[in-house]
Amino acid sequence: MKIVAVCGMGIGTSVLLKMNAEKVLAKLGVDADVEAADMGVARGAAQTAEIVLTSEELAEEIGDVPANVIIINNFFDLEEITEKLTAAVQ
Amino acid sequence: MSMNLAEALSSITTKATASDWRAAIRLAGDGLVAGGATTDAYTDEMLAAVDKHGPYIVIAPGIALAHSRPSPAVLHGGLSWVSLASPVEFGHSSNDPVNLVIGLAAIDHDSHIQVMGALAGVLSDSAAMTRLLAADSADEVRAELTAIAAAA
Repeated sequence: MKIVAVCGMGIGTSVLLKMNAEKVLAKLGVDADVEAADMGVARGAAQTAEIVLTSEELAEEIGDVPANVIIINNFFDLEEITEKLTAAVQ
Repeated sequence: MSMNLAEALSSITTKATASDWRAAIRLAGDGLVAGGATTDAYTDEMLAAVDKHGPYIVIAPGIALAHSRPSPAVLHGGLSWVSLASPVEFGHSSNDPVNLVIGLAAIDHDSHIQVMGALAGVLSDSAAMTRLLAADSADEVRAELTAIAAAA
């Protein structure tokens, strides 16, 4: 399964989100490849990804992609990430 | 013992005054410049990022991670820490107001992964964050971060 974590610039928030998403996926026992991307790369990457993780402000910017766009409000809240990823991979 | 964030921080300011989110980001930018990581142009780039994408940098309640792309304005990787005396609104739908602004500068997309890991560890520890935000001086923040790294 391919997941893309998106932020505006590709060096900060997407990396944090990727790290926490990987922690959660490991705990859930889900085999997935998480890529951190900035907005420029994300739209392209999102064409072949199942899931896109991002913040509310950026979700609109990504626009229409075939992937399931999940909005995460608190990048450090593993419970929020767990809840949303669990619902998405069911 | 995990990486000590105190060592990655080139500048720490506590109980700073910022009239609005732009002033708060400027303080984080000044910290990066003071630490030699960036030029003033990077501060403008960090502000432009929020103008363009909105306050997506407020990644958790009370915490903003100011940053922009690797650019000629970044001389080397750096991290600055600015805790605010009074919380500031950034216009985020769920995580306002902000008490802590961290400035991040990177020269590429991967060399600062370890620092990000250490940062993530500290910022997600709410007990540690309460102590860190209460700190009155840079020395106190450093001491607390060092203690956290030693305990990890």
